[in-house]
Amino acid sequence: MGALTIKNVCKSYGPTDVLKGVNIDIQAGEFLILVGPSGCGKSTLLNMIAGLDGITSGEIQIDGRVVNNLPPKDRDIAMVFQSYALYPNMDIRRNISFGLEIRKVPKSEQDRIVNEVSSMLQIDQLLDRKPSQLSGGQRQRVAMGRALARKPALYLFDEPLSNLDAKLRVDMRTEIKMLHQRLKTTIVYVTHDQIEAMTLADKIAVMKGGIVQQFGSPRQLYDEPANMFVAGFMGSPSMNFIPCKVVSMGNETGVEIDGGAGTFKLPVRSNQLKSSEGQEVMLGIRPEKVTHKIESHLENSDFHLAKCRVSINEPTGPDTNIFIHMNGAKVVCRSTPDSAKDPGEEMEMMFDLSKMVFFDPKTEERLA
Amino acid sequence: MSSFSADTPHSSSVMGRIFIYGILLIVAGYFLLPLLVMVFTSVKSMEEIRTGSLISIPTSITFDAWSKAWSSACTGVECSGLSGYFWNSVWLVTPTVSISTFLGALNGYVLTKWNFKGADVFFSMLLIGCFIPFQVILLPMARTLGFLGLAGTTTGLIMVHIIYGLAFTTLFFRNFYVSIPNELVRAAQIDGAGFFMIFWKIMLPLSIPIIVVSVIWQFTQIWNDFLFGVVFSAGESQPITVALNNLVNTSTGVKEYNVDMAAAIIAALPTLFVYVVAGKYFVRGLTAGAVKG
Ligand SMILES: Nc1ncnc2c1ncn2[C@@H]1O[C@H](COP(=O)(O)OP(=O)(O)O)[C@@H](O)[C@H]1O
Ligand SMILES: [Mg+2]
Repeated sequence: MGALTIKNVCKSYGPTDVLKGVNIDIQAGEFLILVGPSGCGKSTLLNMIAGLDGITSGEIQIDGRVVNNLPPKDRDIAMVFQSYALYPNMDIRRNISFGLEIRKVPKSEQDRIVNEVSSMLQIDQLLDRKPSQLSGGQRQRVAMGRALARKPALYLFDEPLSNLDAKLRVDMRTEIKMLHQRLKTTIVYVTHDQIEAMTLADKIAVMKGGIVQQFGSPRQLYDEPANMFVAGFMGSPSMNFIPCKVVSMGNETGVEIDGGAGTFKLPVRSNQLKSSEGQEVMLGIRPEKVTHKIESHLENSDFHLAKCRVSINEPTGPDTNIFIHMNGAKVVCRSTPDSAKDPGEEMEMMFDLSKMVFFDPKTEERLA
Repeated sequence: MSSFSADTPHSSSVMGRIFIYGILLIVAGYFLLPLLVMVFTSVKSMEEIRTGSLISIPTSITFDAWSKAWSSACTGVECSGLSGYFWNSVWLVTPTVSISTFLGALNGYVLTKWNFKGADVFFSMLLIGCFIPFQVILLPMARTLGFLGLAGTTTGLIMVHIIYGLAFTTLFFRNFYVSIPNELVRAAQIDGAGFFMIFWKIMLPLSIPIIVVSVIWQFTQIWNDFLFGVVFSAGESQPITVALNNLVNTSTGVKEYNVDMAAAIIAALPTLFVYVVAGKYFVRGLTAGAVKG
């Protein structure tokens, strides 16, 4: 059980700045995900929290205690590594109990904990084997078992699922989520997979280039992205970006779009763009917010219908992805298979105006 | 037709086999011949050596030459055989091999897992140590030993061998340890293990193949060393290689080839023994790859 506060943490290796002022704050029991493209500094940040590497400046607190100068063993943490890092010379039982042994936990207590952890993770029948005799999925469980054997304030996971095959990854994801709900421990979890981030997290920190681009709940990040990077990174297929011009629509503001079947205007719900008439902005809208005509939404003034020309359609089974060129940008829209029109045909698309976001095309920051 | 195409590759592979084994036999014979001559000569009497040819098979076998070489042959003015010097070498090799291997492991561990400022420079300098010929360090080392008051002592010779061997053992262990994932050390750190605990409980148990390599290498180097032995040790404390040289070169009386041969074999036996026992680990250790977690 431990809260984690990261204040203005910077890290440089010689002349290269890897972390440039990271701020993150989570409550005890929360599941924090650090997500971002490879090389953005996630593992570096995790290693700093663990104390495996020192910070250049800033402050890290675990449970209200500044840990900047504490070695890993005194930080009350446990960690699961991407490569699992099981001790090849020890059997599974000893792998799990090694940390307890060093901390001088009595033998009988060690046995009890090993049994408890191994039955929880269903690895009891593997205890007498060596790591080299296990499959990837089993090693992954043992690595988690080793972390769970102690009851630290903080669990750190560095891409624990990235070496598993796709099916196993999905299963383990669910198990980790259940484990967290049961143990209610604080977890910091690194991944480059935005789906893992969305499914597991209470809080997500999206990182790029050593900077936290946005920190918030999965919903916040999905619906209210702070910039085009976060908007594009979270969600799959990712958010559509349509360059368009802000125009006046009587006493409302709107944006003008050419969907291949004549131009139309979409009213903007936010007041933030009022002063920007005539300027170019980037409209962001998620694929599931541009759909086929849904009758039940027709009464709702937040939904707007417009004719567009279908370029390609891609059936995925439950849905069909419709590709439409709007102002030259390729836009993915979601339709039921029945309502999908063929390429070249016109189709009436329904826009959810309440879910449109706008970015400055130059700074890529959110405008409205 | 089918029998033709089935037979041809078969018979040609048999021919290939015969050819390969033939070559191997010839080469093996070529290398074994000197040893054979030594063994034959060592069990012949002086009488038979004088009358027979060098490679003739002994007509009667006697181990007199062996016992003389071991316990009563003259090495200079003293005539008590090689036995004393044999044990000198054993007492020289045991601490030098174990200490230089241990320190090499520790160096390799520090160089790969606890990167400190200047580690690369340090390692490069150490590497140069592998290329310095024995002769170059003789004078400075003699001065150093004299300064330390260790000139002509076994302790001094032990120190010289340990220092000279460190460059090699460090290189062995460093190259082995770079293939051991750093995450292993980090996991142990998080588990609460300190510097030496990680070394004892994680690194050393994984190092068996390279320990074997280091031990064989150091054993052969130090057991067979002549130059350091002759320069840095005196009289009673000389290693067996120096004693063997003295024995063969002692110029009183007739030249006893059978005793010389027996003495040479006695001096070479421990190295042979080590290779026979641990040879296959040696090859395995040299080619050992990454340790999988
Ligand atoms: N010890 C180091 N020395 C120099 N650069 C490093 C070191 N460790 C990491 N980096 C650099 O820091 C950046 C972030 O690395 P990392 O935190 O591993 O990224 P990821 O987000 O993929 O986990 C990378 O560009 C990497 O090259
Ligand atoms: Mg990483």
